[in-house]
Amino acid sequence: MGVTSRGFAVLFLAGFAAQPAFAYKIFVSNEKSNDVTVLDGDTLEVIDTFEVGQRPRGITVANDGNHLLVAVGDDDTVEVYDTETYERLHTLPSGPDPELFVLHPSGNPLYIANEDDNLVTVVDLENRSMIAEIPVGVEPEGMGVSPDGSVIVNTSETTNMAHFIDTESHEIVANVLVDQRPRFAEFKSDGSEVWVSSEIGGTVSVIDPATHEIKHKIEFDIPGLRPEAIQPVGVRITEDMETAFVALGPANRVAVVDPETYEVLDYLLVGQRVWQLGFSPDESLLFSTNGVSNDISVIDVEDREVTKSVQVGEFPWGVVTTPD
Amino acid sequence: MKRILSVLITTFAASISASAQEADNITIGYLHPAERLQTLSLLDRPTEDLGISGARLGLDDNNTTGQFTGQVYTLETAPVSGAADAEAAVQQVADAGAGWIVADLEAEALLAVADAAAARDMLVLNTGAPDDALRGEMCRANVIHVAPSRAMLADALAQYLAWKKWPRWFLLKGSHPEDEAFAQALGRAADRFGGRIVEERIYEDTGGARTTDSGHIQVQQRMPVFTQGAPDHDVVLVADENEVFGTYVPYHTWDPRPVMGTAGLEPTVWSPAHEQWAGIQVQNRFVDGYGRRMQAEDMLAWMAVRMIGEAATRTNSAEPEAIRSYLLGPDFTLAAFKGEALSLRDWDLQLRQPILLADDKTVVSVSPQEGFLHPTSFLDTLGYDRAESECEL
Repeated sequence: MGVTSRGFAVLFLAGFAAQPAFAYKIFVSNEKSNDVTVLDGDTLEVIDTFEVGQRPRGITVANDGNHLLVAVGDDDTVEVYDTETYERLHTLPSGPDPELFVLHPSGNPLYIANEDDNLVTVVDLENRSMIAEIPVGVEPEGMGVSPDGSVIVNTSETTNMAHFIDTESHEIVANVLVDQRPRFAEFKSDGSEVWVSSEIGGTVSVIDPATHEIKHKIEFDIPGLRPEAIQPVGVRITEDMETAFVALGPANRVAVVDPETYEVLDYLLVGQRVWQLGFSPDESLLFSTNGVSNDISVIDVEDREVTKSVQVGEFPWGVVTTPD
Repeated sequence: MKRILSVLITTFAASISASAQEADNITIGYLHPAERLQTLSLLDRPTEDLGISGARLGLDDNNTTGQFTGQVYTLETAPVSGAADAEAAVQQVADAGAGWIVADLEAEALLAVADAAAARDMLVLNTGAPDDALRGEMCRANVIHVAPSRAMLADALAQYLAWKKWPRWFLLKGSHPEDEAFAQALGRAADRFGGRIVEERIYEDTGGARTTDSGHIQVQQRMPVFTQGAPDHDVVLVADENEVFGTYVPYHTWDPRPVMGTAGLEPTVWSPAHEQWAGIQVQNRFVDGYGRRMQAEDMLAWMAVRMIGEAATRTNSAEPEAIRSYLLGPDFTLAAFKGEALSLRDWDLQLRQPILLADDKTVVSVSPQEGFLHPTSFLDTLGYDRAESECEL
């Protein structure tokens, strides 16, 4: 009986300990404090912080949620961490000064923007080798991938272009001139549009990937705020294409946009200098990284309301969650 | 073997002519001083490539973009030792195909260049002369001022002093006309932003070498005496553009006060220490390419070359007329690592821009300061506004 009950207790404990693995985790890269903050997706509380390389910015989850990829620009590499143990497993040959990257929808390869070298580097995650280097415009930054994985879009901040790159040939197939300092590229889930934010231009260009034409430019106007303070960076569009969100930098707001009509529906007040955005796995919540106020804001996607802010590390930059 | 070679040569020649047909050539003239002023500090001695390397980096950046637009940019440089050289220098770069001129020159030479360029229908981008008169009563329709004016620099400093609540300024000025001009700009800034110049003192330039072996010994005796007995003041301002004494003022004042102006904390378009708003990226490119840190002259040249590149990209044209109307039109903006778009004031063709306040180690602040409001652009709180301008284009 004693043995059985102890066995039961062990089983119970093991089951209990494994419980948090079912909840998703939120990872936030902190550009200045050189660490990653881990939050629990259920409680939205900080459960851990672990040190990474110098100047972590781009962050994503790979290998079915088991690997966390962090671009550490000042160390000229992309680090790969175990999402359970936070152990650094290995690094990737990213090319110099990686800032942002995007994962192919199939989970491999990784497309990395190298800011200082005017290159996009393609890296195979399995054998950790560089597949290709693609010359692009000056100061490449934003990286988007079409849902079918056939095209990636890189934005170059000083050339002011969105470069459309064929993922088979690694050739640029089109260059679309957008407004000043394009920062981010996000495809709609049906692949019909890619949205490119221009930080200094203050706009989001909606580009048709078939014709490479700009269909529309979304502009922002916040009463009482000078237009120069409205600097779009991160963009996220829900899978159902019902709602889009645009982080507006020093305007300290996230714009809610109707992806159908491009109408700006609302401006949600978040923390200071909002950089990037990331959804929870079921897209019920959106997290914004607020660079100057050192916190993330939690936005209820359906209610379009900021429900909470959570202190993280210094200068939070990127945010990603593990899958459910 | 011979045949193969000739086939190869033919193919090569064909591919060159094809690309020559497709590519638009955009040649930019860059005029720089034949000699630059000696500085008091060894650390600030101008390198041979000062300014030119900034222009070259701008050219490289334009050419990277040019790969996608079919535009090829080249730079033609020429030294100018004074106004008398202007005509020949403009002719030289024009003969080499330049359609635009970037001029890092003082006012008199700049005006001579502007006249020579006007006769050839060329636009001049001024990166060297800060004179307000060039943007005022002496303004020219073919001169764009990339360099900030003295009034903009003085206003940038004055806003910071107002924000710090340090309103009492003790002004030390050199004896050259440029020093007087900057002193006047500081006086104007005091009136605009609630400062007060408690006393002005002139430091006469009596000539002599910039470098001697006696070092600090005389300086330590002279500077305290020079600054002795001033009315109560919060800061010491220095107007010494020709570097006669300004470098020696910090730490040598009679009263322990911070020093600002052309020495100490300087209002400037660029600092080798500026890294925010992605400034680190252009700094990295510059150091990689030219083996030294990027100075204000380099950044001004970079901006001027990028302005032409930006206009050529947006208009998809290499035609001077198209580029000119884009630059002078309402759609022109430039991103230059200052956190917001730079644009042109249509009343005097001055580039609107934030001004850094930097010492030799770091960027201390950036003006316009929070709270100085303007109905159209906060950047227009710096320098001569539309209503004040005497420029008639």
